[in-house]
Amino acid sequence: MMFSRLFENVSRRTLLALAALLIVLFGAPFVASDYLLTVLILILYFAYIGQAWNIMMGFAGQLSLGHALYVGLGAYTAAALYVHFGIGPWLGLLVAVPIAALAGAFIGFLAFRFKVGGVYFAILTIAVAEFARVGFDHLAWTKGSSGLFLPVAQFTRNDLWLLRGQPAMFYYVLLVATVLAFVFCRALLQSRIGYFWRAIREDEEAARATGIDTFRYKMIAVTISSAMTSFAGVIYAFYYNNLFPEQVFHISRSIEIILGPIVGGVGTLFGPIIGAFLLTGLSEVLIAALHAIGLDVPGAKQVFYGFCLLLVIMALPDGVWPWLSRKLGLSEREP
Amino acid sequence: MPFDVYLNVAVGGLLTGLVYGLMALGLSVIFGVVRVVNFAHGEMMTIAMYIAIVLFSALHLDPLLMLVPIAAVLFCFGYALQAGIINPFITRPEHSQFLLLVAVAIIIINVLLILFGPDAQSVQTAYSYDSFQIGRLIVDATKLYAAATALAVAAALYGFFRFTAIGTAIRACADNYTGALVVGLDVKHLYALTFGLGAACVGAAGVMLVLIVDVTPSLGPAYTLLAFVIVITGGLGSMPGALLGGVLIGMTEAMAGLIFTPSAKSMFAFAILALVLLFRPQGIMGKKAA
Amino acid sequence: MSTLLKVEGVSKRFHGLLAVDRLTFDVPEGGIYAVIGPNGAGKTTLFNMIAGVYAPDHGIITFADKRIEGLPPDRIARRGIGRTFQIVRPFPALSVEDNVIVGALMRRADVADARTHGHEVLRRLDLYDKRAQRASSLTLPDRKRLEVARALATDPKLLLLDEVMAGLRPTETDRIVAILKELNRDGLTILLIEHVMRAVMALAGRILVLHHGAAIAEGAPADVVRDPAVIDSYLGAEDI
Repeated sequence: MMFSRLFENVSRRTLLALAALLIVLFGAPFVASDYLLTVLILILYFAYIGQAWNIMMGFAGQLSLGHALYVGLGAYTAAALYVHFGIGPWLGLLVAVPIAALAGAFIGFLAFRFKVGGVYFAILTIAVAEFARVGFDHLAWTKGSSGLFLPVAQFTRNDLWLLRGQPAMFYYVLLVATVLAFVFCRALLQSRIGYFWRAIREDEEAARATGIDTFRYKMIAVTISSAMTSFAGVIYAFYYNNLFPEQVFHISRSIEIILGPIVGGVGTLFGPIIGAFLLTGLSEVLIAALHAIGLDVPGAKQVFYGFCLLLVIMALPDGVWPWLSRKLGLSEREP
Repeated sequence: MPFDVYLNVAVGGLLTGLVYGLMALGLSVIFGVVRVVNFAHGEMMTIAMYIAIVLFSALHLDPLLMLVPIAAVLFCFGYALQAGIINPFITRPEHSQFLLLVAVAIIIINVLLILFGPDAQSVQTAYSYDSFQIGRLIVDATKLYAAATALAVAAALYGFFRFTAIGTAIRACADNYTGALVVGLDVKHLYALTFGLGAACVGAAGVMLVLIVDVTPSLGPAYTLLAFVIVITGGLGSMPGALLGGVLIGMTEAMAGLIFTPSAKSMFAFAILALVLLFRPQGIMGKKAA
Repeated sequence: MSTLLKVEGVSKRFHGLLAVDRLTFDVPEGGIYAVIGPNGAGKTTLFNMIAGVYAPDHGIITFADKRIEGLPPDRIARRGIGRTFQIVRPFPALSVEDNVIVGALMRRADVADARTHGHEVLRRLDLYDKRAQRASSLTLPDRKRLEVARALATDPKLLLLDEVMAGLRPTETDRIVAILKELNRDGLTILLIEHVMRAVMALAGRILVLHHGAAIAEGAPADVVRDPAVIDSYLGAEDI
């Protein structure tokens, strides 16, 4: 029932565009170079996590600046289970996702019970992520700050069950995850819970006066968002094969996660995807362009990247997608 | 370990904490008036640190003597930043402001990286290794000078807000934005002034910290976070709260580094932050929100 | 008529100031009951206690024979009390229709049902044609009616209206008065705080006059406006 209205209010044009995009994305590994494929993997990774983060901020209005926590918990749990007990990632998910969801629920419970909101909530999420970073630095079971490594060998064939294989396999796993996340988020947004979340985002007191148990619905948002994010962490662990607390839990990881959806358009379904394409694409184009003109000193790319971010947020404060969808003559109202 | 060691470390933490407090004071003043969280705060501090390093290595100018000029440069930077790009964002949602200031932070970090390279730099003054001995207590001269200066700057700022006409106008803006507009205050100018003052504070703190820590371009984010922790612990918008929070966090870090391991010290700072957020969200010295 | 809302000996103190002082009154089921009084008389505090924003320091509030004082606002809303805010607060970025759907979803699991119900409510409040607009783009009178619509969409037994006529032109006021009368005829009980005496006189079956947190008069409109204490403390100072 939840998915029965997925195609409601979607114009033919939008459907065709979506179908074309899907075909291109599914066919991409057959034509893309190895380099382009790694870029596409990165894009899908950020599109997926951005969608998960968007549930909390874009839908329910709770600004999390610590989503690296859930990525890290997912990554470390699945990797440690694999390294120590040989438990594969898909079974590892059964442990990793609940752990991350519990962490999210814990933060949410404390914050929402004690009425920590807005900027304070954002800082609390940073604090817990930083706490985890330092904690994992000293956790012997996951090899502390010296890093947790997954055994790597030359993979001749793709083992989907153990997630050992070529980049193309990770690409398809992430592509399926991104599509499912998109469909799931659209279904959420169209359902009762989606209306309640947006009411809370707009005005929490008015939402309560309209009978919404705001505590409960905010808890659901954090739990879903953290659980979804941890899946990306599991993929991260098995794709990169090494984990360092200093990298995984760092605040700059949390910031990376949320740049895409903000640039793309907070609260929109296409925002996180567009944002991931734009920012990861921009980053790669800058590297190539600066290299071509011989300006590839460390830091140069980031300076241009920073200026681009500045320009986008100043010109399009609501993000790229709301502007783009008006330009393309797609629905004035958000899907 | 003998008691002396604890005492010395605690006093060292207290003195460093006062400098932290001054840094956090800048953040607190900006948030208290402009209602924007300066996510580029630590990065702004590194600008001041590098100016101090350049002046010292090229012209042998002592950072403490350069405090006022460097703070003035940061004031101009802060004023321009607020008047130029932040002002249109003051009514926008928090995540928009966040993205804007993160972009500013990314630019600052990487411009510094291009100019100065990734290696740590420091300032070795003639008094770098001096210390005072009071009984069994040994106090670093640098930390003592830095802490005394931090207190002086904080006192000057307090005096400015209390006793000058502009300071009073700024406080009026903070209390009642629409009211300030109605009585004809130039709010945009006052906001820019406030942001400038906050930047000057963190600049002054940076000049002093340059005597205590090694500087790299990527130092910023850690200090931005530290400033948040201090300000929220002490109470956003409270000037004594910022200093008190700085001292509390400075001493906690110092003691945690001594008793446990230096790399775990920030964990204790975050633990304090979490406790304060949950049990006294307005901060130790903050006023309870109506 | 039976009593729908019963307020007994309710008091609330803020920072030493007694905002509401041992107030007692009954709102009959199916009636329109008005609370009037000068600014600062404690009207909004009283409302916020009934709606669950604050718990009273003392006293009992009974709604439909069950005690509700101290319950959180969302539970009180689900018991069947809808409210508006003095300073209107529709969900600004949502469309008019979505604002009402949020209310309608309180008693409906399905969004399509909620939309159908929402459309009915919007028609009653002359907002149906504006249903696709963002709430933030509405004019003040429209936003006030949207607040009423959102509260109505939750199917309340009792509607609390906090100065919905304030700032409206006389024709707009008359329109809202007509709408409220119609809703009342269909069985809705209404408790309103109002400054606009013309609306109060047209609507209310009973009036309670508050002054410094205490009741100085209660009764039928015609009697209350002739009460010397009321004229002295309130009506005399303002145009009727």
